[in-house]
Amino acid sequence: MMRTSLPAWMDIGLLPLINILAAFVVAGVIIAMIGENPFVALMVMLKGAFVYKGALGYTLFYATNFIFTGLAVAVAFHAMLFNIGGEGQAAMGGLGLGLVALALDPVLPAFLVVLLAIPMAAVFGAIWGLIPGWLQARRGSHIVITTIMFNFIAASVMVWLLAGMLMAPGQMSPETRSFADGVGLAQMHVIFNAIGIPMARSPLNLSFVIALGASFAVWVLIWRTRLGYIIRATGHSERAVIYAGHSPQRIIMITMAISGALAGLMALNEILGVQQRVILNFTSGYGFTGIAVALMGRNHPVGIILASLLFGALYQGGAELDFEFQTITREMVLMIQGLIILFSGALAYMFNPVLEKLYHLVVFARQEARGDG
Amino acid sequence: MTSAAGVAEMPAAISLSGICKTFGAVRANQDISLEIQAGSIHGIVGENGAGKSTLVSILYGFYTADSGSIQVFGEDISIGSTAEAISAGIGMVHQHFMLVPTFTVLENIILGSEGSGGLQRSMARAREEITRLASTYGLTVDLDAIVSDLPVGVQQRVEILKALYRGARILILDEPTGVLTPQETDQLFEILRSLKEQGVTVLFITHKLREIMAVTDQVSVMRGGEMVAHRNISATSPAELAELMVGRPVLIEGIWHEASPGNTVLAAERLGLDGGGAPLIDEVSFEVRAGEILGIAGVSGNGQSELLELLAGIRVPTRGQITINGHSISPDQPASPSMIRSLGVAHVPEDRHAMGLVLPFSAAESAALGYEHTPEIGDGFWFDPARLNARCSRLMADFDVRPPDPALKSSLFSGGNQQKIVLAREISAKPGLLLVGQPTRGVDIGAIEFIHRQLIGLRDQGCAIVLVSVELDEILSLSDRIMVMNGGQSMGIIDRGRADARSVGLLMAGVA
Repeated sequence: MMRTSLPAWMDIGLLPLINILAAFVVAGVIIAMIGENPFVALMVMLKGAFVYKGALGYTLFYATNFIFTGLAVAVAFHAMLFNIGGEGQAAMGGLGLGLVALALDPVLPAFLVVLLAIPMAAVFGAIWGLIPGWLQARRGSHIVITTIMFNFIAASVMVWLLAGMLMAPGQMSPETRSFADGVGLAQMHVIFNAIGIPMARSPLNLSFVIALGASFAVWVLIWRTRLGYIIRATGHSERAVIYAGHSPQRIIMITMAISGALAGLMALNEILGVQQRVILNFTSGYGFTGIAVALMGRNHPVGIILASLLFGALYQGGAELDFEFQTITREMVLMIQGLIILFSGALAYMFNPVLEKLYHLVVFARQEARGDG
Repeated sequence: MTSAAGVAEMPAAISLSGICKTFGAVRANQDISLEIQAGSIHGIVGENGAGKSTLVSILYGFYTADSGSIQVFGEDISIGSTAEAISAGIGMVHQHFMLVPTFTVLENIILGSEGSGGLQRSMARAREEITRLASTYGLTVDLDAIVSDLPVGVQQRVEILKALYRGARILILDEPTGVLTPQETDQLFEILRSLKEQGVTVLFITHKLREIMAVTDQVSVMRGGEMVAHRNISATSPAELAELMVGRPVLIEGIWHEASPGNTVLAAERLGLDGGGAPLIDEVSFEVRAGEILGIAGVSGNGQSELLELLAGIRVPTRGQITINGHSISPDQPASPSMIRSLGVAHVPEDRHAMGLVLPFSAAESAALGYEHTPEIGDGFWFDPARLNARCSRLMADFDVRPPDPALKSSLFSGGNQQKIVLAREISAKPGLLLVGQPTRGVDIGAIEFIHRQLIGLRDQGCAIVLVSVELDEILSLSDRIMVMNGGQSMGIIDRGRADARSVGLLMAGVA
């Protein structure tokens, strides 16, 4: 992989902006080609994501999912592990959470059930990350393959349970019964309205705060703890980790468990925050989009929060586009998201050489001007 | 700049003028001018990063110069690819051989110039031609031997034959002696002299002054991307060349003085380590006492690296026993690297890029590797960059690391300064036993002197040192006793007084 010699602000600030701009330009050209005005479309999208009543709430709600799955990918990536299994880990997180809620809500007060259910989401996600981690560390099965496989296994397990023993009695859709009243996370507009700040109705809930807390925790873990130091060292050089006296296998398993736990927490937002029952396919691709979020956010929590906001806005504003324009369909919106992922993920370093050349030209010109050539 | 006035009737084999090459912000070659007389052996000497490799790469068509002109035998040419270099009569023997190990010598030599039509016919023709070349230049090789079965020195001959077969009249050798025993080096020099007698021009790139003095006619010195001097060998000395390379006077010899060894710190008894086929280490026994340096000599790949990793706990012995400060380690009682470190053992690993440092880490982070749990750095859970940086700054001041910037990425330091970071980290742990592998590999002369002084100084404070190096000069100049390894076995331990390049070299070659 090519490493950049650009200053940090260009590498983590300017480059992603250029990438997003490029994606929007290409998307704009396509929108113009189907006969719509790309600028009008952009305005509709921005309004849909931020301005309309409740829009911001929806944007942040989606962003919450992306923060969790993005963090999951990032933590694993610091150990050079490519965790593609966020989707399955999130699904299992939802299952763990649901099992606790369904088992305990008849007997325990709601807040206690919630307090017990939240860690369960992390634990189930962690286990679903740990198994591929173990297979990688002890058996050499490649983590990319195993995590993908575990997505399928998780999906099948969910179908089997939700259409089987967990299915609510007396109905036809594959989902559990609703949790008892109060077993859920408070929605933000309820909290804000209660303290006298008016806020439009949206599914945004306390999970968003937990996601921000998780981002801070990940930052602390990676850059302020010994474990994080060793995780990063494992990512760069396993031999150096062995030399330092640690077992890379152990670190791989620990990292995958942490990664899986973060993905599992995504279930808080969808299950505890909104559905208050376990439904099928609630992960709807957020686990995969988390890969793009982490790539774009350069595996740093701050970058991941910003990238999550962008993707949240795309989700929400994209829905608005679909609604406003006859010609722009849901698929068109998916294409725009695809372009962003393409430019800021797969082609993240495409503009790097150009930028580097320009930068060095400027630096040289300055040096020449100072006369030390 | 020399003008080579005396040999005006014959054009120079290579004549460079004003060659410049920059990589990003790095000026690797600045205004290089050089004349190489036809039929001479011309050395280019310089420290790592002086721009030798860049210059050679430009000559052989790997890079294109930003500006400047190249003349070969009086003709202006541009070399845009290796194919163009070959057709201009330039051949190259790389530091790391470019041979297919499972092919025969003949197959390797014709690879890339097989000719058209049936392979059998062109092979027969090639065999004739190569046999003729081999006898002309005294390069005896069995053409039907499989390359991987041949000793390294012979493989190098295959590389030379390969270049000659392609019609090379100018032969570039890039650090050719790094993998050779002293005897093989002498044989290589014989070959180079006979090439010269036959009119071949040799360009010899090295950082070893002894070799420059032994085999070349002229030498050019590079420093910091510039050509700083040209000398006739008869009119210069190693000391002058060293000074030109570094830019200041350097003391090469005379750091060692008599040791006063104490108790035995490390004892190895009949150590063995099995690899895939033959044992990597077999029946190796030795002792090291406090306040002495045991040098382990050997041609690269004869078990020294594995031995060092066994002692450091990175590998577990298959047989035998290691005793460190009374604590024994055996196949049944293995010890991890951190346990061994807690016995007061420090380890400067051979491969500082993969093991000694984490290249993308800041210097401060790299300087904590293996010591993350020590009170100086953190309490075992938290990790405090401020304390880390402060500690690294101290180490950098003590060991003269440049630039003294703890936040700079480890990969951006020069080889010598990287090694100083590793040494500083390990020596500051105040070890009772120091394991050192290749302490000066890829390190410039100025830093070599510093590192050698540190090692002797540590020895004088009573530290036992095991020194593994493929640089025989280094072993000879630092060690109190020398163990020679060949094929995973100890060929014997010699006292300093009785060791010289010849006696050790014979043992290295496996001639007991």
